[in-house]
Amino acid sequence: MFEDGSLFTHLLVDRLNYVIYVVLLMIGLWAMVAKNNLIKKLIGMSIFQTAIILFYVSIGVKEGATIPIYLSEHDPHGESGEVNNAQSSQPERPQVLEASLVAGYNNPLPHVLMLTAIVVGVATLGLALSICLRIYRAYGTVEEDELLLKLESEELRSSSGSRTRRWRPRSKRKAKVPKSFENTRSRKGDGDSLTSDGSQDAKARSRRPSKPKKSKDGEAS
Amino acid sequence: MKRASFILVLFIGLLLIWAVKDFPEWGDPQSPASSSPVSSHFIAKTGVDTEVPNMVTAVLADYRGFDTMLETVVVFIAGLAVLAILLGGPKRRTRDRDFIVEFEPDLIVTNTVRLIVPVIQIFALYVLAHGHVSPGGGFQGGVAMGASFILIALSWDLKTALSRFSIERCFTVAGLGILIYAGIGLASMFFGGEFLDYAHLAKILPISPEMARYHAMLGVEIGVGFTVTAIMFALYASLSTDGRMRDGL
Repeated sequence: MFEDGSLFTHLLVDRLNYVIYVVLLMIGLWAMVAKNNLIKKLIGMSIFQTAIILFYVSIGVKEGATIPIYLSEHDPHGESGEVNNAQSSQPERPQVLEASLVAGYNNPLPHVLMLTAIVVGVATLGLALSICLRIYRAYGTVEEDELLLKLESEELRSSSGSRTRRWRPRSKRKAKVPKSFENTRSRKGDGDSLTSDGSQDAKARSRRPSKPKKSKDGEAS
Repeated sequence: MKRASFILVLFIGLLLIWAVKDFPEWGDPQSPASSSPVSSHFIAKTGVDTEVPNMVTAVLADYRGFDTMLETVVVFIAGLAVLAILLGGPKRRTRDRDFIVEFEPDLIVTNTVRLIVPVIQIFALYVLAHGHVSPGGGFQGGVAMGASFILIALSWDLKTALSRFSIERCFTVAGLGILIYAGIGLASMFFGGEFLDYAHLAKILPISPEMARYHAMLGVEIGVGFTVTAIMFALYASLSTDGRMRDGL
């Protein structure tokens, strides 16, 4: 199975690093596509990003090479420069590295590119988290399916003709439904029952703008 | 739904594994990326052009200076946007009490942090200032510096940290960082070069054009460090308090 030239050796021994990145990438993609929770999706995004970053950094590796910082003998301000300065009053100009020496340093470009990517990743992650916070504040959930249900019922209500209705926190919305109204309608089909009495609802809302909020258990259902 | 996405993910994974077949081996010096003339050019000539030993810093702050400047702007805008998103919109819930954390700062933790924070900050400044000759630079130093403020916020409370580095000051410092960066770029324009062509700064400085690039890079990195420090802490402060800057962790 692991003899030279077989596909397994080719993939799992010589190119194991790429396979690991592909697996990481799949984990991230799976979390982004299949998970319901928005925060978990963000975690998936970060894993995905990490896979890409690792991939780029591994491209920059050269066998037997050192990090892309000049060794002191090539360093314009390093050992050799100082020695030369001591011998001659004229400071020595740094030399262009020969091709054989270039092979001794890792490729700096992937590192630079990924430094950029990491910083942008932090910025996007912070922004995404703040949007999640806003969603949670407005709808009381970060689960995607619950969010979709709520958005749907919101749409139904807004199409019922009450012009004054606009997007507002769920807690406020609930609080403004009149008591009598709430008792008669069923829990599940609140979208339908609201459509028939949208105008009444709006009136009730203007009459009682600051009714105390419902308890948490009521919201949780 | 789950099955469909699983098949999709598996399909993409197999596609990528199939592509891995054609990739160069780990650390192959003959790989296209390593043997490309672009990377060889930077490795060979960074020392001559800028006298900076750390090629990554040289490429980041000099050759790709434009990109890094606008990236700093991206970080700044992200900090502003997080605050705007959290503060804007309809009136928030009245349950402000959710965010009140009642606790006494722990004696052992606070005293340890008292000892550690100066070390972290000195190290951050070292990483920033030494970015030319060792791994480091503005982003890394800035993140370490911002982390020291987050550590203060975690071990005491956010109020203590904000009394040292208020949110207004955060954005002032962040803007100042970008101004330093853009100012160095504009100064080199003023002396006859292109935007961010630091070599022309040698006309007012008593140094060679190469060393002008060297020192301008340090200035640029300081600007980046300012912005990243401030925005890291601003991100933490706004996310942990839902934008209201009090009663958070």
